[in-house]
Amino acid sequence: MGETSSSIQIKGIRDGLLVTLEGAAWPELVADFIKNVDERASFFHGAHVALDVGVHELRVAELSMLRDQLSDRGIGLWAVLSTSSITERTAQNLGLATRISKPRPVQVREDIELPKDAAKWVRGPLRSGARVEYDGNVVVLGDVNPGAEIVAGGSVIVWGRLRGVVHAGAQGDDKAVVCALELAPTQLRIAGGIAVSPKKSGKSAPEVARMMDGNLLAEPWQELTGR
Amino acid sequence: MTAIVVTVTSGKGGVGKTTAVANIAMALALHGQKVTCIDGDIGLRNLDVILGLENRIVYDLVDVIEGRCRLRQAMIRDKRLPELYLIPAAQTRDKTAVSPSDMVRLCDELRTEVDWILIDSPAGIERGFKNAIAAADRVLVMTNPEVSAVRDADRVIGLLDADEKGPAALVINRLNPIMVRRGDMLSVEDVLDLLAVELVGVIPEDENVVVASNRGQPLVLEAKSKAGQAFQNIARRLLGENVPFLDLDSQNVFQRLLGRK
Repeated sequence: MGETSSSIQIKGIRDGLLVTLEGAAWPELVADFIKNVDERASFFHGAHVALDVGVHELRVAELSMLRDQLSDRGIGLWAVLSTSSITERTAQNLGLATRISKPRPVQVREDIELPKDAAKWVRGPLRSGARVEYDGNVVVLGDVNPGAEIVAGGSVIVWGRLRGVVHAGAQGDDKAVVCALELAPTQLRIAGGIAVSPKKSGKSAPEVARMMDGNLLAEPWQELTGR
Repeated sequence: MTAIVVTVTSGKGGVGKTTAVANIAMALALHGQKVTCIDGDIGLRNLDVILGLENRIVYDLVDVIEGRCRLRQAMIRDKRLPELYLIPAAQTRDKTAVSPSDMVRLCDELRTEVDWILIDSPAGIERGFKNAIAAADRVLVMTNPEVSAVRDADRVIGLLDADEKGPAALVINRLNPIMVRRGDMLSVEDVLDLLAVELVGVIPEDENVVVASNRGQPLVLEAKSKAGQAFQNIARRLLGENVPFLDLDSQNVFQRLLGRK
């Protein structure tokens, strides 16, 4: 366990080492990290490493290069944690885990103070297997198909049909809401509440789901505007 | 000649990829095109059986890639249509015997010799799938009108987008118009509604497909078959023709008894 440089933190966890790369640009971080490893080759040799890359968006080429560099040095990379869905997908494509057994360290959120109304803007459709995770609000322009997942710290707005799994207020914010032009999620969660869509028939109207007295309620949008 | 590489894939198994490759390849060859099919399902090869070329395999895809034979030697010429070739998969190996870059290299070598290269992808989204799409210029995603197949098709379309192989085109196979009318099967509209991609073919359910596959005589060779016509139409659409979709609904018993129209 110990600090090595401003942007690289190395921590012992149950499943080996957790290395957090943050701050600088990606090529720099990698260079620093590899230098670090080379300086303490005996400490790292044979290590089982999970990498937390924070917000960095990594493509297959970048991540597989790092994995090769590490494996040349006798280090096994088994997981990559990231807040970027692109990076997560890349990691999955390379057969790496995107989660370690204990929940992701939440301290990231203290470092990056999100403006209150920050939202992640996602262009749809989100297809089966897509996953969007963000600490703030999430806005999707397009459909969210069955098999897709959205996990937001804040609210979720879908300008389209919401048929996947959605979790708003994932860190416990029960004021979070979920709105969609057609609200028919496979499963809907707000904070600790969980519900499935009732079987609906006929025309669908825009709806908003919220937590009321500990229950999840979905209501047509019009009623709320008082019309 | 610069061939167009078309990969047929689906995610889910058993939706009819191999049958489609066999039929579309034959239909293209019937249009005078020079076509090579590649069976990408290493370890579980089928395309040779459906094309009726099983007993003529000497070399296979892995032999070419590992340099045991020249590309030409692995290309089996079809007896019925001289412009149709098959490169069979190896049966005694697995997907790891081939890499995506091997497939790109192989197809690049083939491109100058034929008009179309059709690749039959295995089910799944792992190595075999990645091999099959690596060289593709166009990807046909195959699905059946059932929820699980559509879900997998959706996933595959997403993966293709992420790999910049999109936009995928959709083929709906084994549609049963009677069940759709009863509300017991997803309709073409239901499927398109979810997947939101271009449709290039709808193939009606037809028990003759099984018979044809067992005999190694693809259905496109039989003019009367609706499924065969649907495959013909896909080939024509690939060739750039604007072909209206078959009216599958009108074909009921009475109209058939009364003859045409």
